Amino acid sequence: MTRIRLVQDELRPPGPPSRRHLLSIADLDRDDVERLLGTAQSFAASLERHVKKLPTLKGHLVVNLFYESSTRTSSSFELAAKRLSADTLTVRAAGSSVDKGESLKDTALTLGAYDPDVIVIRHPHVGAPQLVARVTAAHVVNAGDGTHQHPTQALLDLYTLRQELGRLEGLHVAIVGDVLHSRVARSLVEAFRLVGIRCTLVGPPTLLPRELPAETTTDIDAIRDADVVYVLRMQSERMQPGSCYVPSLREYSARWGITPERLRPGQKVMHPGPMNRGVEIDPRVADSADSLVTTEVRSGLVVRMAVLYDVLTGGPVGVRALAAAEVA
Amino acid sequence: MSGKILLDADALSRTLSRIAHEIIEANPDLAEVALVGIQTRGVPLARRLARLIEERAGEAPELGAVDITFYRDDVTVRGGEAPLAAQPLVRATQLDFPLDGRTVVLVDDVLYTGRTIRAAIEALFDYGRPARVQLAVLVDRGHRELPIRPDYVGKNLPTSRGERIQVQLVEVDEVDAVLLVSSPEEESR
Repeated sequence: MTRIRLVQDELRPPGPPSRRHLLSIADLDRDDVERLLGTAQSFAASLERHVKKLPTLKGHLVVNLFYESSTRTSSSFELAAKRLSADTLTVRAAGSSVDKGESLKDTALTLGAYDPDVIVIRHPHVGAPQLVARVTAAHVVNAGDGTHQHPTQALLDLYTLRQELGRLEGLHVAIVGDVLHSRVARSLVEAFRLVGIRCTLVGPPTLLPRELPAETTTDIDAIRDADVVYVLRMQSERMQPGSCYVPSLREYSARWGITPERLRPGQKVMHPGPMNRGVEIDPRVADSADSLVTTEVRSGLVVRMAVLYDVLTGGPVGVRALAAAEVA
Repeated sequence: MSGKILLDADALSRTLSRIAHEIIEANPDLAEVALVGIQTRGVPLARRLARLIEERAGEAPELGAVDITFYRDDVTVRGGEAPLAAQPLVRATQLDFPLDGRTVVLVDDVLYTGRTIRAAIEALFDYGRPARVQLAVLVDRGHRELPIRPDYVGKNLPTSRGERIQVQLVEVDEVDAVLLVSSPEEESR
């Protein structure tokens, strides 16, 4: 008699070996985060040398596929790949065949024909990186998809926090601004939970999502309790046309803008960029010695080097998210 | 891990003394010499050699450490699969002195395929341009895959590929010994 075993995995036909991706912070556990930050620190040491290039990813191809505008993320991924001796190919939607109506799938298949090792993708729609992971043989790194996730930003912020404050566990960070439309906030809240950082979301009631596992408040004075204030931009491009979240940017700025008066002396301020000076952040704060904005940019390079190195060599990244997407 | 003891603590210490002596003889100007240990066990070996040289010659050479993880030739396997072996932990590279014009003695515990040494030489040259690079190893077990030859050898121990030489040092393993261990899987380095 044949025994039927109800183990789902055994009933599945053998597929290709799972590749490593970084699609969401949910792909990582605490050990993965520690390993990535540790690798980033080793890369930071190599950037202090006269010769800043490492031969590690020689002969590999990293494709940067950017469907949304970006300065920091695209330039740092490109430089990260170059510092590791990989070849890079940057494709921006504007000016490419996307303008002629090519779908994401077809663009991915086209670029996949060059046999890239890693595809870094930014896209206005949630789930675009998962689609690219399914139709190509490359390792996929999510550089921001819609309002969903921006995992490398969260990792570089963890790296910055540890460099500046010496620890992660037990810190308290207040995230202020348009949390609702922010993929950075979604990745950050998850990353903070992984490493034991307390997180408070502050902003107008219309821009505070309820489903995130963090404390929320509309009271701007709550930021004084935090070790670090993390400022978010008003993401007007993601707001439905005609919808009204705040009466005006001036009103927002008056009630939730980060000014020197609202901060404790010495309180650190972070911002993922791009900044709108005078709206969510006062120029005096942006230019003060307590602003970690340029440190974040510098962290971005070494953390993205670590991510590229890690998806090609390191732990099991992205398998969970991809499996979930396959089932869905 | 158990195995056949090839060198005990006394023999290991005598071997290091002899290597230190040979380094002094070959390099009359010790001020120009730097000992650079390859992570992990090359680092304490380099430190011990530096101390022995200082005791004998009255002059301590510079001391450094190099990690070759990012210089390996087996970082990834093409085709999207995982690499054959788990990547090792990255340790610190510390070269706090200018390399230009110096005689660098690379120090490692076991010399096998030579691939680690190739990577270490490449790493060194990203920090500067040494006048010459020499190689000191505690054990040479043969099976070279690259044209690399040590300048100072503690002990030549011909092995089969299925065997492994395990060097244990007080600084890392709480005991000084060189063991022969038969291993089912071939060591990839």
